[in-house]
Amino acid sequence: MNNKSKTTKRFYVSDISCASCVTTIETALKSVSGVDEVQVNFADRTASVTGDVSSDKLIKAVGESGYTASLAEDESSSSERQNQDLVHYRDLLKKTIIAGVIGVLILAVTMLGVLPDITTPSGQIAYGVISLLTLFVLSYPGGRFFAGALKSFKNHSANMDTLISIGTGVAWVYSTFVVISPDSVSEVARHVYFDTAAIIIAFINLGSALEMRARGKTSEAIKRLIGLQPKTARVLREGAEVDIPIEQVLMGDIVRVRPGEKIPVDGEIAEGTSHVDESMLTGEPVPVSKKLGDEVVGGSVNKSGSFLFKANRIGKDTALSQIIDMVRKAQNTKPEIGRLADKVSSIFVPTVLIIATLTMMAWFNFGPDPKLTYMLVATVAVLIIACPCALGLATPISVMVGVGKAAEYGVLIRKGDALQKAGQLTTVVLDKTGTITEGRPVVTALEPKDGSSEEELLKIAASVEKNSEHPLAEAVVEASKERSLELISIESFEAISGHGVRASYQNKLVLLGNSKLMNDNGINLGALTRRSEELSKLGQTVIFVALDGQPLGLLGISDPIKTDSKEAIQRLQESGIRVVMLTGDNRATAGTVASLVGVDDFIAEVLPQDKANEIIKLQEQGEKVAMVGDGINDAPALAGADVGFAIGTGTDVAIESADITLMRGSLHGVADAVAISKATLRNIKENLIGAFGYNTLAIPIAAGILYPFIGILLSPIIAGAAMALSSVTVVTNANRLRWFKP
Amino acid sequence: MGIIINLIGVFLIVFIIWWFWIYKKQSEAQVQGSALDIIVDSGVYEPSVVHTKAGEEVTLRFIRKDSNPCSEKVLFSGIDVSADLPINIPYELTFTPEEKGEFEFACQMGMYRGKLIVE
Repeated sequence: MNNKSKTTKRFYVSDISCASCVTTIETALKSVSGVDEVQVNFADRTASVTGDVSSDKLIKAVGESGYTASLAEDESSSSERQNQDLVHYRDLLKKTIIAGVIGVLILAVTMLGVLPDITTPSGQIAYGVISLLTLFVLSYPGGRFFAGALKSFKNHSANMDTLISIGTGVAWVYSTFVVISPDSVSEVARHVYFDTAAIIIAFINLGSALEMRARGKTSEAIKRLIGLQPKTARVLREGAEVDIPIEQVLMGDIVRVRPGEKIPVDGEIAEGTSHVDESMLTGEPVPVSKKLGDEVVGGSVNKSGSFLFKANRIGKDTALSQIIDMVRKAQNTKPEIGRLADKVSSIFVPTVLIIATLTMMAWFNFGPDPKLTYMLVATVAVLIIACPCALGLATPISVMVGVGKAAEYGVLIRKGDALQKAGQLTTVVLDKTGTITEGRPVVTALEPKDGSSEEELLKIAASVEKNSEHPLAEAVVEASKERSLELISIESFEAISGHGVRASYQNKLVLLGNSKLMNDNGINLGALTRRSEELSKLGQTVIFVALDGQPLGLLGISDPIKTDSKEAIQRLQESGIRVVMLTGDNRATAGTVASLVGVDDFIAEVLPQDKANEIIKLQEQGEKVAMVGDGINDAPALAGADVGFAIGTGTDVAIESADITLMRGSLHGVADAVAISKATLRNIKENLIGAFGYNTLAIPIAAGILYPFIGILLSPIIAGAAMALSSVTVVTNANRLRWFKP
Repeated sequence: MGIIINLIGVFLIVFIIWWFWIYKKQSEAQVQGSALDIIVDSGVYEPSVVHTKAGEEVTLRFIRKDSNPCSEKVLFSGIDVSADLPINIPYELTFTPEEKGEFEFACQMGMYRGKLIVE
C-alpha cells in the first residue's frame, strides 16, 4: 500500500559548484524522513528524490544545507501555478489599497485646506511628512515599477515601468522641491502633486490586478482540458482490480471503466460494450457507441455499460495530452495581423519619452503662466496615459481565447496564422470520400454478365481486392465475407493509380477498375456501359471486372453521405464561401453526390497525385482556398492549400500536413472553424483599433492639444485611470469571445 | 533660463534616441555545453542576446522572477517555439534551430525582448 504514495520529484539546485556539494546535498535530502532514494546530478544541477515526502520539506532541507532548490516544471501542478497567481493577485490588491488610501487621504487634506501654508515652517513640515508618505507609496506599492525601469534602462530598453516611474517620479521630485524651497517657484506654480503620484500607483496596480483576473479567464479552455484528465485508473493487476494513480498506468494494462466514470488513458475495448460521451474532446454532441476492438479516448466519459480496455497510449502520448499541447502552442503564436502592433510596441516607449520631452518644451515656450505647472501636468499625463500593454496584448489575447474556443468545438488550430487565414477564406474544397461521405463504402449492386453469377463476380473481385488498400477494395472484400465466399489465391497484383488493378491467377488475367482501364485494354463493355451510367446517376461508384479480355460484370459501390454534410455545406455557403467537391470518381457519380449535398461546383476524375494541382489552380484564380481531407492521402493538397483541414481523424491529433485538425467527422467542424476564426479576427481588429485609437487620441489630448481650443488639460490622475482601464478593456473584449457560439 | 530648459529638452531627445535605439549594447551570451540560464526579471531577459549554432540542440533555462503576468510567456518568432514560464521555477526549453539567422524572442506583449542568433 505504501508504494502508492511514493513519487519521484525532480528539483533544480543552484550554487552546486563542486563534487563535494553533491555529497552535502545528498546527505541533507537523505536525512528527511520518508526519503528512500536520492540522486544529485552535478552536470545538470538537479536532484531526484524518491519517497513519500512533500516538496516543501525537501526544498527546506536543501536550503538549510546552504543551497537553493526549486521544483522542476514537470512536477509543478497547475494548482501550484494557480496559487502563485492568487498570491500575486492579492499582493496587487493590497498595494492598490495602500496606495489608494494614502493617495485619497493626501488629496482630502490638501483639498480641504487644513494644512498650514507651504511657505511657513509648519507647512513645510506637514508637506514634508506627506512627501515621505508618498515616497513610501512609490517605493513599496510602486517599487516594482522603479526596479523594472532601472533594470531595463541599464539594458538600453524601456517598457511600461519606465513611463510610470518617470511620470510619478517627476511629480514627486518637483513637489518635494516645492516643499523644500517654496520661494524658488512663483506663487501660482506652488502646487504639489503627491496625491497624483500615489493615486496613479494605486490605479496602475488595480489595472494590473483586474487584467490578471481577466487574463486568467482567457486560458480557461486549457484549464478545462487539463481538468478532463482523471487522477486515478482502475487496472487489473494479478487478477484483481486496483485503483492506481494515472501516472502508474502502463502500456498494455487492462483498465476497468464503470458507468459514469472518465476513461483514464487511450486504448482499445477488450471486453464489454458502452456508449461514450466524447463531446469535451471532439465537440460531437451524441454519445458514441463502443464495442469490442473500438478505440476509446482518455478524458471521455463512459455513459452506460461497464467495460475493460487495453491501454495503448499513456502519459504524454494520449490524445488529450496532445490536444492540450497543441492548443497551448497555438495560443502562443501570433497571426500576421499582429505584426504592425508588434513593430509599433517595440519603439513605443522611447517614442512616448520623446513626445513627453517635446510636450514639456512646447508648454515651456508657448504655454501660459504658470508655465512650470502646465509643463509638469501635461508631461506627467503623457507619460502615464500611454499604454504599450494594450497594443501588445490586442492580438495575442484574442488568439488565446479564439484557439481555446475552437478547441471546445473539437477544432484544433495549429497556429495563429491559420486562424487568420480561415477567417479570410473564399473557397473550401472538400474531398468526397470520408469527408462528405462516411468513407465506409458498401457494395450495393452486383451485375454479372450473361453466363456469370453474382457469386463468381464477387469472388474474383474480392480475391483481387484483398491485396489492395483502397477504401473501395475493403467494401468488396467485406461483401464477399458476408456471403462466406472462399477466395482464390492471386499470383500477381499491380495497382494502376487512379484507374484500378491488374492481377492474375492460374494463368488468367483479371482487370478490375474504371471504364478507362477497360477501354485502354480494348475490353468491349457493351450493355454494361448503360447500366454503369444508371448506377453513376444514383451516386454509386462503378467497378468493372474483366477476365481474360472479356467483361465479367460490374459492381456498384456507394458510400453513404454523412447525415449533416448538406447542412454544414449550406452553413459555409451562407458565410459567403464557395464550396467545391474534389473526387476521383467519374463525372456522373460526382455530379449526383454534388447535387445531393448542394456544393457550388465539383471537380471529378482527379488522380490522387493531382489534388494539390487543383488547389493551386484555384489559388491562381485569386481564391483563398481551404482543403478538407483525411490528412494522409490528401497530405500534399492540405499542405498546399491556404488552410488545410484534416477531418475526423479520431485520436490522431498531430497531423503535420494540416493547419487545423477536426476531432469529429462532421463537416460542421469546418463551418465552426470558419465562424470562430472570423469572430476572432473581428475581435483582434476591434482590439487593435481600440489600442491604436486610444494611444493616438489620448497622447495628444494629454499633451494638451485641446487646450488652445477649448481650454482642456487632462489631469494626470485621469490619465492614470485611463491607462489602467485600457489594457483591462482589451482583455475583457477578448473574453467576450468566450460566449461566442458558431 | 529659457535656453537652458530648451537645451535640456534637446539633450534629452538626443539621449533617448542614442540610448534606446542607436547604442544597442545588450547582455550577450553563447550557449556552451548544457543549458544557458536566462533570468526573466524587471522587464529584461538576461542575457538578452543568445548565440548558438545551427543544427545543434540548445537548452534555454528560463528563470522567471517577475510575477507580473507580462513575463508569463516567451514566444520565438520565425521558429515554432514558445513556453509558459512558471514563477521561480526554472523552465527548460530545448529545441534545435535548423536555420541560420536572427530570431527575436519576446513576451506576449513585446515588452521583454531578446534575440537568438543562430550562426
